[in-house]
Amino acid sequence: MHEMSLCESILQILEQQAEAQQYSEVKTVWLEIGALSNVEIDALRFSFDVVVQGSIAEHAQLEIIEVPGQAWCMQCSRNVVVQQLYDLCPHCGSHQLQVNSGDQMRIKELEVE
Amino acid sequence: MCGVCGCGEGHSHSHDHDHEHTHDHHHHDHDHDHHHGHEAGHSHAPGLSPKRMVQIEQDILAKNNRYAAENRHYFSEHGMLVLNLVSSPGSGKTTLLTETIARLKDELDIAVIEGDQQTARDAERIRATGVPALQINTGKGCHLDAHRVGHALETLQPKNHSLLFIENVGNLVCPSAFDLGEAHKVVILSVTEGEDKPIKYPDMFHAADLMILNKTDLLPHLDFDSEQCIQYAKQVNPRIKILSLSAKTGEGMDSWLRWLKAELDLQRIDYA
Repeated sequence: MHEMSLCESILQILEQQAEAQQYSEVKTVWLEIGALSNVEIDALRFSFDVVVQGSIAEHAQLEIIEVPGQAWCMQCSRNVVVQQLYDLCPHCGSHQLQVNSGDQMRIKELEVE
Repeated sequence: MCGVCGCGEGHSHSHDHDHEHTHDHHHHDHDHDHHHGHEAGHSHAPGLSPKRMVQIEQDILAKNNRYAAENRHYFSEHGMLVLNLVSSPGSGKTTLLTETIARLKDELDIAVIEGDQQTARDAERIRATGVPALQINTGKGCHLDAHRVGHALETLQPKNHSLLFIENVGNLVCPSAFDLGEAHKVVILSVTEGEDKPIKYPDMFHAADLMILNKTDLLPHLDFDSEQCIQYAKQVNPRIKILSLSAKTGEGMDSWLRWLKAELDLQRIDYA
C-alpha cells in the first residue's frame, strides 16, 4: 500500500503549487502512470479519496493517463512494448531488455479554481 | 515524443479534447451562481471561467528523490558505502547482518538503520554485536523513505568510510519505489520462499543490483530449483548479480564479504 504515501506526496505538491499558482481549489488532477511503475490504480484512487479529505483537493477528480511499458531490446536494437518487467522480447525472445518508458509516476496537469 | 518530459504526443491531443468537454460542463454547473445576487455582476461569461488549467509536470516522488539526492551527497562526501537491504519478512536479513558484522567489525566501521513497522527488536539484535544501530518504526508505513533516513543519519552519525546497512521494512513491493540515497539495493531471497518470487514481485528484483539467495543449507530438504530462480531473476533484471549463501553455516559468506569490501573501496576513490 505505498499508494497511500504516493497520494500524500501528490497532495503536498498540490498544496505547494496552490501558493505559487494562486488557486484555492483543485477540480481535476491528471496523473501519468506507467504500466511498469508498480502502482495499483484502484489502490491509488482509494488512497487519493482518503488522503484529500478536508484539503483543497477534497472534491478533485482523478484522471489517470496510463503509459504503456517500453524497453530497448539489445539483441534486436529496437524498442519493444512490454507489459511486465519479466517479459521477453516479443520478436527474438531475449530477456536483455532495458526499460526506457512506462515506469513514470507524474502529475501532468491540474484544473483549478 | 516530447524530449523534455517523455510524454507521447498522442496523449496531449486526446487530452485537449477532454478539457474542452470539461469546461462545457462547468458552465452548466455554474448556473446556480445566479442565485447569489452579489455575484451576478461577475457571473461567468463564456470563456471567462475562473477554472483554468495548470501544467505542473512533477514527478510524484520528486520530494523523496530530492532527499535521496541529499543523502547520496552526504554518503559520497563521507566515503561511505550504503546498502538498502530489501526482502520479504523472514528471509533472514537480520541474521545475515549479524553474521556479516561479526566477521567484519574488527576491520571496518559499520552502522545499521533498521526499519520495521513496530518494535526495536532488530536494532537490539544488531547492537548486541557491538555496532551502533538505530530503529525506525514506520507505524502503518510499509517502507522507509529518504527523509526519515536523513534524520536517522543526524542521530546515528556514522563514521567516515563506514559501511551503513539500511534494513528496510520486510516487504517485496513498496520499498522498490523509494530511493534512500543508497549505492545499491540488495534483495535477499531465502530458498524457503519459492523460486518464482523474482517474477511474482518483479519490481524489487528489477530495482536491485545484487540478489542474495539465503538459507542454502536448507536446500537438501526442499524442492527449491536454484537454477530456475536465478534464471527468473535475470529475466527481470539482466544486470543483476547473484550470490548464494547460508548466513547460518557460513557457506558462501566469503564472496559476500569480498563484494562488500570491494564496493566500500570504490567509495573511497576521489574522482576529479
